Amino acid sequence: MDEPLLQMKNLSVRFFTYQGVVRALENVDLTIQRGEIMGLVGETGCGKSVLARSILRLIADPPGKIMGGEVFFKGEDILKVSRKRLREIRGNDISMIFQEPMSSLNPVFTVGNQMQEVVILHQKVNSLQAKDICIQMLQQVKMPDPEQILSKYPHELSGGMRQRVMIAMELSCRPDLLIADEPTTALDVTVQGQVLTILDDLVRRLGVSVLFISHDLGVIAQLCDRVSVMYAGKIVERAPVWDLFAAPKHPYTHGLLQAIPSVDEERDPLLVIAGTVPGLIQPPEGCRFHPRCYRRFEPCDHVVPHFREDKKNHFVACHLYGDE
Amino acid sequence: MWTEFRKEHAWQIKEFFFTLRLLGRNPSAVAGFVIIFIMVWMALFAAWLSPYDPIHISLQERLSSPSSAHLFGTDEVGRDILSRIMYGARISLRIGVLVILIAGGCGAIIGAISGYLGQRIDNLIMRVMDVILSFPPLVLAMALAAALGPSLNNAILAVAFVMIPKFARMVRGEALAVKEKQFIAAARASGAKSLWIILHHILPNCFSSVIILATLILGETILIAASLSFIGLGAQPPTPEWGAMVSVGRKFLMDQWWYATFPGLFILMTVIGFNIFGDALRDILDPRIRR
Amino acid sequence: MTTPVIQAIDLVKYFPIYGGFIGRKVEYLKAVDSVSLTIHQGETLGLVGESGCGKTTVGYLILHLLKLDRGNILFKGVDVSTLRGHELQKIRKNLQVVFQDPQSSLDPRMLIKKTVGYPLEVNGIAKGAEVVTRVKTILSEVGLDEDHMYRYPHEFSGGQRQRIGIARALITGPEFIVFDEPTSALDVSVQAQILNLITELQRRHGYSYLFISHDLSVIKHVSHRIAVMYLGKIVETAPKATLFKHPLHPYTRALLTSVPKPDPGKRHSLEVLSGDVPSPVNVPSGCRFHPRCPEMTEVCRQDEPVTVEVETAHWVACHHPSTKNLERSNQ
Repeated sequence: MDEPLLQMKNLSVRFFTYQGVVRALENVDLTIQRGEIMGLVGETGCGKSVLARSILRLIADPPGKIMGGEVFFKGEDILKVSRKRLREIRGNDISMIFQEPMSSLNPVFTVGNQMQEVVILHQKVNSLQAKDICIQMLQQVKMPDPEQILSKYPHELSGGMRQRVMIAMELSCRPDLLIADEPTTALDVTVQGQVLTILDDLVRRLGVSVLFISHDLGVIAQLCDRVSVMYAGKIVERAPVWDLFAAPKHPYTHGLLQAIPSVDEERDPLLVIAGTVPGLIQPPEGCRFHPRCYRRFEPCDHVVPHFREDKKNHFVACHLYGDE
Repeated sequence: MWTEFRKEHAWQIKEFFFTLRLLGRNPSAVAGFVIIFIMVWMALFAAWLSPYDPIHISLQERLSSPSSAHLFGTDEVGRDILSRIMYGARISLRIGVLVILIAGGCGAIIGAISGYLGQRIDNLIMRVMDVILSFPPLVLAMALAAALGPSLNNAILAVAFVMIPKFARMVRGEALAVKEKQFIAAARASGAKSLWIILHHILPNCFSSVIILATLILGETILIAASLSFIGLGAQPPTPEWGAMVSVGRKFLMDQWWYATFPGLFILMTVIGFNIFGDALRDILDPRIRR
Repeated sequence: MTTPVIQAIDLVKYFPIYGGFIGRKVEYLKAVDSVSLTIHQGETLGLVGESGCGKTTVGYLILHLLKLDRGNILFKGVDVSTLRGHELQKIRKNLQVVFQDPQSSLDPRMLIKKTVGYPLEVNGIAKGAEVVTRVKTILSEVGLDEDHMYRYPHEFSGGQRQRIGIARALITGPEFIVFDEPTSALDVSVQAQILNLITELQRRHGYSYLFISHDLSVIKHVSHRIAVMYLGKIVETAPKATLFKHPLHPYTRALLTSVPKPDPGKRHSLEVLSGDVPSPVNVPSGCRFHPRCPEMTEVCRQDEPVTVEVETAHWVACHHPSTKNLERSNQ
């Protein structure tokens, strides 16, 4: 088995607030292989954004703090490297795109200016060469008339175009890993289709691995190779995409899939997961999902389930899949 | 009855104590509060605390320097300055509070109406506010106080008038922001009239900003009132108002330094006290810092 | 056929845009351009479209939160388009709304008791203790506790806040409710709860709904009939099953195909339309969809298509509706 590109072990992150300590991530494991698209799905507050930002050490300290764990990227533990090395990694080896492209792009500089800045920073080229690289990248993301786009300001472009610019920018340095945090959530569905197709195509061609974060199970199903499901700061299931959707093991995953209204079949009423997402200051004891789980039994409310491999490559943290 | 009140306002009560705790941890807040507390204490209990009657004239003791008998010395007709300062606190604070209440109340309502109703009415009201704001506050207050006649109450009205546009401006800004929220549209769709919306939705949402502005302006108010008395338009003799005392004391500044200095110091401390308290309060009430 | 609860006929709303130094009226944002729809008693009309299509504006116009430029709105057969002041006040309690954003749809400084109860007071329906009783009833109907009356919005989750918003809308016993993207800001599991609640309430009380959303699967779940909007115009209206089985308008078909299905076994290209959603300021000539339409011909560039009833209750505005789509849509 090749060495994975990214290996996260036992990562724990906490936020220290007036109301108490928020246990945002607790003992999270994650592996991403080369060339694969790993989906990270969960609802609001489950910690998926925190996880993404932790990889690049973007957690604001205070109030957040990485309490423990390791994140090995190509053999190095990113959590322990120097600031200088971290700067080299960011943008060059690992890139990130966010949900709101309007806030990632500086409104007072042209698109061309910002793209060139990134290229020049990480690749030792002069500005003319940088410009060529930028135009090439814009062509890769199927932007009409790339030369013209370079001279425009972010607000002059539509949401879909801005996101494509972001993709071009972040992939210009041929990173090994791209972290995409809800990149299409704010886009219209027809535009989302375009952006996802472009992204899929490009990363396959360039061999870039992707950590794709979303709450939209449809997008995850269409795009990803493997999927990790998060709930209340923990990963509860991880499997290849077909296995996850065809035979979900964890009751939460199962409930999530049942709760989505489907364009294909009638579901009336929608099956509902009782209760609400717990606060993370006092998360439930034992399995964090147990108060809402319709299949809970004796050990669930005080024993934390281990995340173990139940079937080939299909991991789940649930007492139903015993730990004998 | 009390339990009903407790139930309805449980969260506000909790917030109130939380704010107090935060204030307690903030050095400026504590310092400011201590100063304000001293002033208020003096004002309330002047009758018991002051060693002498503030208007009691004793010509033999005139212009005597600070001593064990008169801690801050005496003025030109032998009245004890310390006692006059204590009673003066009453006046200054009364001016401050009344001005804030009048200016805050009127300003908030004007601002809310202006911001919510928008367009022509907003334009008209704001232009009027601009006109008032274009005058230096002291000059305008003097003109008004002079026109109304020299008395303490007229001074209060004059200063209040000058302060109204500040509140109006601020509340108008908040009203504009609140107006766009969905619950306002929901209220309109539910049949609520504009006046109801202004009273029940807009104003309550501007409340904390008004409080903060009030604490910050309080200092300025006391200064302006003192300046008015300084030129004889505010409190009339023999009322022991700090500004008036500084005014008279000016003549004696060279040889009897205590006369103008002590009242002046008290003006200074009160204004600083309110300012630093208001600053700390504003920081504490900022929702981003709270969470 | 009984009188429909709501009839909107050729609604028009343009927003003027001021430009230049002097602030002259430079152009118009054609938000809603001749939109007609009908909603019958006890039914839900889903209004679907992407951002900028004008669907929220339509809702606001029917609720009289915006002034109509042209067109008529009939409520139970009575023309209410030009009502103002006191007359408008009287019908307001019958036309209610539930908004999208659980953050700003409730006044953060107002007790829930007051937020839910005030429609009764401002409309003179009830006062004092009676209001409290009604608030308690409606809160339990939407799945909340009585005690929640004494709390403030920030103490509730997004889903609960939406329930409160629904309670406020229903307390006056309206006949018609506009839902403007009520679940878009909610998590999937919460969304399911709220959608179930909305449909259950309709079954129980016979409310009529205009349900606005950009999410096709949600629209499919709650609606009886669906209207598709694009750039200020309604391009297709049909009963739910018909729309999904054989959509006639190319835009509807594109929309349906773009929705990513949570089934990795059914992967297909999601890229069905080129270009971006144009702005309602510079509206394309002729059929507004023509620049992006795979079926575009010359006539599409020149003439606006007329809305035609192609089969029972199925209306389309297109020069080339795909009637041969019947087989192709069984994909």
